[in-house]
Amino acid sequence: MPRASPALSWLLLFCSTLVAAPATLPSPSPFEQPLHVAPAGAIDRAVQDQLKQLGIQPSGCCSDGVFVRRVFLDLIGTLPTAREVRSFLESKDPQKRRLLIDQLLERPEFADYWSMKWADLLRVKAEFPINLWPNAVQAYHKWIWQCVSDNLPYDQLARKLLTSSGSNFRVPPVNFYRAVQAKDPPSLAQAVGLTLMGQRTWSKEQLEGMAGFFCRIGYKSTLEWKEEIVFFDFTKPLPTAAIFPDGTPAKLTDDQDPRVVFADWLITPTNPWFTRNIANRAWSWLVGRGVIHEPDDIRPDNPPSNPQLLAVLERLLIENKYDLKQFFRLVLNSQTYQLSSVPHSKHKLAPAHFAFYPVRRMEAEVLIDALCQITGTSERYTSPIPEPFTFIPEEQRTIALADASISSSFLELFGRSPRDTGLELERNSRFSPSQRLHLLNSTHIQRKLTQGKKLQAVLDTKGGRRAVVTELYLTILSRWPTDNELAAIENHAETTEIRGREALIDVAWALINSAEFLYRH
Amino acid sequence: MHDPELSRREAIRRGLLGATGLLLAENIMVHAQSPTTGLATRPATTVPVLPTSRPAAAPATRPALAKGKARSVIQIWLWGGPCHIDTFDPKPDAGNDYCGPFTSPQNTSIDGIRIGQLLPLLAQQADKYSIIRSMTHGNNGHETAAYYVQTGRPAGERLVYPSVGAVVSLFKGYDAGFKGLIPPYIVLTQPQGRFSESGFLGPRHKPFATGGDPSAAKFTVEGIIGQGMTRQRQEDRRRLLSELNTLERAVGDDPQLANLAETEKRAYDLILGDEGKVFDLTEESDGMRNVYGRNTFGQSCLLARRLVERGFPYITINYGGWDTHKGHFNAMRQKLPAMDRGMAALLQDLSDRGLLDSTIVWWSGEFGRTPRINWQPPWDGGRDHFGRCFSAVLAGGGFRGGYVVGESDARGEHVRNRPVYPADLIGSIYEMLGIDPNGTLPNPNGAPARITPGPDDKIPLGGRLTELM
Repeated sequence: MPRASPALSWLLLFCSTLVAAPATLPSPSPFEQPLHVAPAGAIDRAVQDQLKQLGIQPSGCCSDGVFVRRVFLDLIGTLPTAREVRSFLESKDPQKRRLLIDQLLERPEFADYWSMKWADLLRVKAEFPINLWPNAVQAYHKWIWQCVSDNLPYDQLARKLLTSSGSNFRVPPVNFYRAVQAKDPPSLAQAVGLTLMGQRTWSKEQLEGMAGFFCRIGYKSTLEWKEEIVFFDFTKPLPTAAIFPDGTPAKLTDDQDPRVVFADWLITPTNPWFTRNIANRAWSWLVGRGVIHEPDDIRPDNPPSNPQLLAVLERLLIENKYDLKQFFRLVLNSQTYQLSSVPHSKHKLAPAHFAFYPVRRMEAEVLIDALCQITGTSERYTSPIPEPFTFIPEEQRTIALADASISSSFLELFGRSPRDTGLELERNSRFSPSQRLHLLNSTHIQRKLTQGKKLQAVLDTKGGRRAVVTELYLTILSRWPTDNELAAIENHAETTEIRGREALIDVAWALINSAEFLYRH
Repeated sequence: MHDPELSRREAIRRGLLGATGLLLAENIMVHAQSPTTGLATRPATTVPVLPTSRPAAAPATRPALAKGKARSVIQIWLWGGPCHIDTFDPKPDAGNDYCGPFTSPQNTSIDGIRIGQLLPLLAQQADKYSIIRSMTHGNNGHETAAYYVQTGRPAGERLVYPSVGAVVSLFKGYDAGFKGLIPPYIVLTQPQGRFSESGFLGPRHKPFATGGDPSAAKFTVEGIIGQGMTRQRQEDRRRLLSELNTLERAVGDDPQLANLAETEKRAYDLILGDEGKVFDLTEESDGMRNVYGRNTFGQSCLLARRLVERGFPYITINYGGWDTHKGHFNAMRQKLPAMDRGMAALLQDLSDRGLLDSTIVWWSGEFGRTPRINWQPPWDGGRDHFGRCFSAVLAGGGFRGGYVVGESDARGEHVRNRPVYPADLIGSIYEMLGIDPNGTLPNPNGAPARITPGPDDKIPLGGRLTELM
């Protein structure tokens, strides 16, 4: 990878901000720039030690353009606007990346986006096969949103999910025990094991032993439609055996809620599952891959690719008292997170050892929100239950939808999580030909491009075609165009059968169809 | 089933009553012979309708997958739940509270079979299809019943099973040599939405929903046939896109980006190639289009025939508007003539083209509707959801036509004999397609997942439709 020297690139950057005309590229690659992120301690040491041992060359540091886009998408599920991009790219503050991370952690979209993630794992859905029903979905989602927004420490969140009792409307975390396809004790144990312990399959003995802790949960309805009380039902008999998954038998007494006994065992820094699960998952959410891969497939024969790294991540969580925002902050400020997605090594272990940032297609909700933001259009969502239908306000963003039963053919096509089982792989972000057809040639997307008011305003940017193209690049790809790209676009505009505005719509069309737009990179 | 009558008949069905059972069965047989065409096309002059009259056939002794004559399925899906009494199971003697204004059912081309009075064209085609009047599952929720009917299982198990279309996509689609760019499982025109059709088989087996309206002057197919886009502009755009691939060039080979490039190539083969012409109904004569009816359902039937001709294994016509809690009879006067015309034309056309023997046409909704009419305002003659007893229709693909399977009671409220559960019906469809219903499906949890429920699943079964096979 040819790279400009730091001095040269600084000079170029300097020049580009001086001239009034749209800036051109400050370095040969729009995706990398000379390293200026210092190794951030234990995380980077653990990653780099192992890369060195394996002889894998890590990628270079990602460029500011890549960084601003990446951190917006990863942290708040939202594309930066052209103005946000411009102000970040033009800032000369050496701390600007760290400051941007801090700002984004406090944006309301942060809670929207991470509530969406949690709602996937907690299966927040009104109807089929999870039947929370609309009122409870709204209550549960609102509660999750508030927990994320208040940054409730993860251990306390887990405890509330495991041990709450009360009405599904008034004590929303009780919905944890309702958001399952079957409410028999082994099914509940399975849900707990997957969600809070990151393990998909258990031996028969383990599952039966764990089921003992969930066999005194009672459910009863009230006179209100679909209200349900979840409670410790002491009229149900004590289980014959309640055994922790590590094989230790529990001593239960008749007046004790067995769920509390289980929570006391699970939620401690020394528990072999509890911290490992969340450390590995949270890492995978930001870096695109778990140290244990898949992130919810912890089992003895699926070891971490880098045990030292996983130990570091667990330690950081414990030291920070399960403060997930702080954990995110540490990861995002690391050199590892800020590597470019251009691999510098063809070593087949490079992806598993985090030698580069992997490209990942945007989630369905994030993608449609980004398309709406770029064009200035909106989607129409309705909830079909209960009748009469509820219409969601047009300004509501897709990432903020509470209910997986509220959907659209776009979201279905692009593999939004159906929230049936809570497995991470329920969300499918692999491209299919039908998705490609939809983006390339559907009336849905075509209409956004030709009728969206915001995009029209971008196309009206004063200063000629070059200025318009620059604005399109900032809006869609969050960076300046390169000279080669400007030349290709000039050529298209001069040779294609259509003229003027239509040719510029073609440019917008091409940019939203580029891999660079469709993938987080 | 707690009805002693049913238990007795169930016993008969299983041949436990021996000769006595057979004798009884003779008495409840429906004479089902067409006076005009039946003799030439059907194997026997008088074939009993009920399985009771057949010697206890043991499906296990038959070689597995011997049936597989069918290559395609057209599923006419009446989302909302069509009323069995007003369509294929009329009860003219049940009185005004049950049949309302529809008191004169239609005689059909088969002696002894009558269907709803608004279905005169289908009446002429009665030799081509058989009616199952004893469908049951007892579920009255749209989603859960739609899931039950199309997967054979009640909702609420740990896995979300795939629908018939997704299973057919798995066994007759790309992995079985299907080469088309358009996916093997098509929905005309809107996806079912709230019911996730592909279940744990994942997005690879989701149906391709065309969108648009095939009866419109220009049928735009979402993604394939765009509006106002010349071929030249498509090609110019494609070139521009390939020149602006800065990230791909920088990253080099990456499995994700390679997948994107592959899907893009396939998409363009479809946009610029000839395969999309299957959706161009202007290739059909006006006469042909008129026979099917110039409405969305009629033209969807015509399109389904074109797709079958080109080897698509599964087409769902998602035909909504049957959830008639209010003003049911006016709605039926609107809807049934279009359904009658489109479906009758489809059966005749498939037959004329020699395609009916290899194409299963399956007509069903998620349930029937309450036989007793709700006359009070605001319903003003409405019918509600009814999963206890309803009808389905099967034609083609090797299934015998001209028969009635099972029977409902005098008011269409209970199954009187030969209950047919969803798994019985779809298991029979699988057999006719050469898919072993006892086989298993790959699933993410690793637990065994049978294609149709087996004895361990504790799901009620009435047995496959051997009487039609």
